Amino acid sequence: MKRLLKGGHVVDPTQGIDGASDVLLDGDRVVAVGRDLAVDSGVEVIEIPDGLIVCPGFVDMHVHLRDPGQEHKETIASGTAAAAAGGFTAVACMPNTQPVNDSAAVTRSIVERAALLGVVRVYPIGAVSKGMKGESLSEIADLKGAGCVAVSDDGRPVASALLMRRALEYAGMFGIPVIDHCEEPTLKGEGVAHEGFVASMLGLRGIPAAAESIMVERDLALAEMTGTPVHLAHLSTRQSLRAMDAAKSRGLKATCEVTPHHFTLTDERLTGPTSYDTNLKMNPPLRERADVDAVLQGLRAGTVDVIATDHAPHQQDEKAVEFDRAPFGIIGLETAVPLALDRLVHRGVITFRRLVQLMSVNPSRILNLPGGSLRPGRLADVTIIAPSAAIVIDVTRSKSLSRNSPFDGWTLRGAVAATIVGGRTVFVNGEIAGLAALRAAGERG
Amino acid sequence: MSPETTPTTTGAPQADDSPIPTSRLRRKDLVGIAELTAEEISLILDTAVAMKEISSRPIKKVPALRGKTVVNLFFEASTRTRTSFEIAEKRLSADTLNIAASTSSVVKGETLADTVHNIEAMSPDLLVVRHSSSGACHFLSRICRAGVINAGDGMHEHPTQALLDAFTIRERKQRIAGLKVAICGDLLHSRVLRSNVLLLTKMGADVWLCGPPTLMPVGFERTGAHMTSSIDEAVEGADAVMMLRIQLERMLGGFFPTLREYFNVFGMTPERVRRAKPDVLVMHPGPMNRGVEISSELADGPSSVILDQVANGVAVRMAILYLLAGGAEHEAAA
Amino acid sequence: MPVVMDADRMARSLARIAHEIVERNRGVDRLALVGVRTRGVPIAVRLAAQLKEITGQDVPVGALDITLYRDDLMHHAVGPQPLVRSTEIPFSIDDRVILLVDDVLYTGRTVRAALDELIDFGRPRAIQLVVIVDRGHRELPIKADYVGKNLPTSHAESVSVRLAETDGCDEVVIEKTSGEDEA
Repeated sequence: MKRLLKGGHVVDPTQGIDGASDVLLDGDRVVAVGRDLAVDSGVEVIEIPDGLIVCPGFVDMHVHLRDPGQEHKETIASGTAAAAAGGFTAVACMPNTQPVNDSAAVTRSIVERAALLGVVRVYPIGAVSKGMKGESLSEIADLKGAGCVAVSDDGRPVASALLMRRALEYAGMFGIPVIDHCEEPTLKGEGVAHEGFVASMLGLRGIPAAAESIMVERDLALAEMTGTPVHLAHLSTRQSLRAMDAAKSRGLKATCEVTPHHFTLTDERLTGPTSYDTNLKMNPPLRERADVDAVLQGLRAGTVDVIATDHAPHQQDEKAVEFDRAPFGIIGLETAVPLALDRLVHRGVITFRRLVQLMSVNPSRILNLPGGSLRPGRLADVTIIAPSAAIVIDVTRSKSLSRNSPFDGWTLRGAVAATIVGGRTVFVNGEIAGLAALRAAGERG
Repeated sequence: MSPETTPTTTGAPQADDSPIPTSRLRRKDLVGIAELTAEEISLILDTAVAMKEISSRPIKKVPALRGKTVVNLFFEASTRTRTSFEIAEKRLSADTLNIAASTSSVVKGETLADTVHNIEAMSPDLLVVRHSSSGACHFLSRICRAGVINAGDGMHEHPTQALLDAFTIRERKQRIAGLKVAICGDLLHSRVLRSNVLLLTKMGADVWLCGPPTLMPVGFERTGAHMTSSIDEAVEGADAVMMLRIQLERMLGGFFPTLREYFNVFGMTPERVRRAKPDVLVMHPGPMNRGVEISSELADGPSSVILDQVANGVAVRMAILYLLAGGAEHEAAA
Repeated sequence: MPVVMDADRMARSLARIAHEIVERNRGVDRLALVGVRTRGVPIAVRLAAQLKEITGQDVPVGALDITLYRDDLMHHAVGPQPLVRSTEIPFSIDDRVILLVDDVLYTGRTVRAALDELIDFGRPRAIQLVVIVDRGHRELPIKADYVGKNLPTSHAESVSVRLAETDGCDEVVIEKTSGEDEA
């Protein structure tokens, strides 16, 4: 079954395309991209309304699907439905499930269940260490064989420098990256908020910026020593970004990501009408203005490679407690694209083309995924964006099983119009006009 | 948030003709000094002056809060503050109920919200809450119909303590603005400190904070207070010196090596206080560690107003209970 | 806004009341004045001066703030709380005759509150009530012992006693209110 996405504005940095173009899909592959492609008989033509942008499918390389083990927070089905609604055609899921994804058996079960229930592609990330205990390496070759695209102990740092060295050396042999959650555990201590004036006044135990940047520096030194790639998750401080920038200047194979909440919110949000809102509690914590500015500068200058959500669902009851007893984390799959468009593209921090790099091309490249490009022969994973549509975030309409977002009620400019995975339409935004043909195509499968 | 007081002359008249001057806190809860204006603080302190007289009467009780139910909900052990609130409530004729939550449902795994909703089902008018988590009173004030009075939340605020400290200073010095107040001890973990810094800076005092750098909250200069680790600099020319309790477990946390060394470097003694004004007030929110943050000689000496603070605590809490009891239902309905 | 009592008239009333007090109590031994805040207090101070002039003896003066004893205190769920001011009774009331002083006697509820509060200070031999104006409309069985002027009024009117100490001049005026019954 051939489908032609006709008349859209295509942005694909891998082919240098940024303009009016058609995309021809055949089954689960892209077969042609170009202006005014000839329409053979038997090709279903789907007109893309004016103003919409057609991009290679977005990839969120940092998601907690909570499945297996915490299915009351999220499941593979609900998490991938939220991903589709957020414009993501693939997600990489972190291994802190119950049981921890530290064996091929768990990986295979995730892969199999995702094939059955997943709305978008799911790429598991295996644990660096057995049980994520930070003691001995998990069977990384086995994990990769079963489908893991990276290893990480995310949620916890790899505290031991020696274990981190071994992980980099060993995983490097198989060409899969080690993703580290950078945090020096003794400095973080019992901290629940960024250490600074706001936490001091609120009487909240602080997590100093140095708890993150010390580990960033350590990981970069180890990556330099081992000559293997490292990917640093959710960087949040100006010191971390400075270290990353310096590492890139000396040619290190290191990459990093930032989250939408870290480029949007500061810790000042914890005061005033939303004081002690547990939906503002995440790790790393919301930082100061100067840190947010550094994150924005990193996005602009190229220090930052990826925007990832760190989607971390928690049930309402778990969050409706005292601030220091609430779990860390917020959901983010459905707010990432609107926040990126509103806060970054429309405010001139980055171009739309760079957004596609940050959310599609780069995460695909780092994890060696087949997506991230609309070149003929590649996967027919497509994200269609309505960059000027105004939307109001309403968590009650989220596809996620959880509602823990600090962005509820926000009005933002920029929305996901549709998501296509392997040629199948998996999401169409009912509030964007002119997408009936796409919706009908989705219903036919 | 626009807290303001309205000292007006058009109150609801009762029986006779002259209009009755009225005023109240335009709020349902007292969760922190941060939310109060200087005018509201003055109103509480002025009302407390009238309340203090009641404690000197032969019958130390007035019918003002007759029929009101006040629940003292303490999730953390406290003798001093709970007793002070209870006496204040009884002197205003409120019905009081003490719940030591650490010994009840919380142990069985009930959440804070559930515990409080169960108590609220019995229609109390005011909840006096002490909790070990910072922000617990903010959380409760959002989910409760009854007014919430913060009796200390984690390391955040202890507003009634700061108000009674200010009352004590004002009673002795007739003012707060322009006075140099030194606060010394464990600044990092102290809710008394946060409330006092907020209150004293709002009222125009010159606030000096002193302690080891390991026990200093980051970024606190932004409050307008001076930060120093020199006790002599902090005490120099001070009108009041307030010591904060050093919790013995801090030593184990590695914030300083030994209590002995702490006392040698930061302990307040008559010699050190000599740098202050001759009529300096020596204050302590209690309970004291004699020989750790303060010498016995000083605590029991002529400059000490530590027991005045305790006595004034009742008057200040009566004032707060009275002022909040009138506005609670209104604000909740609004 | 008719003035029903001017400064001169008020002064003569107070002088007459002072004489009545001395006559009825056969002197001022064991007498004390307690003014109800706000305007009862300066009136009590003036009466003490008059009594001193007549008898040469000092009569102690106290001030009573009845706010915390008001029967409508917590009934106004909506609206501000009356401002509490200090009660100052710097003498024992036990076994004394207390002259309770207020400006206007109307429903009698203020006097009820004042009596309750006074009793909490001890056991006076007797309490006698002094008012400048009695405007009627009692809601409680209360009667003044000494009255400056009986003034028949309607509920739609309000009576204001103004004093030099608090208002800059001595006079009693009667005003139409907006039609609402304030009591």
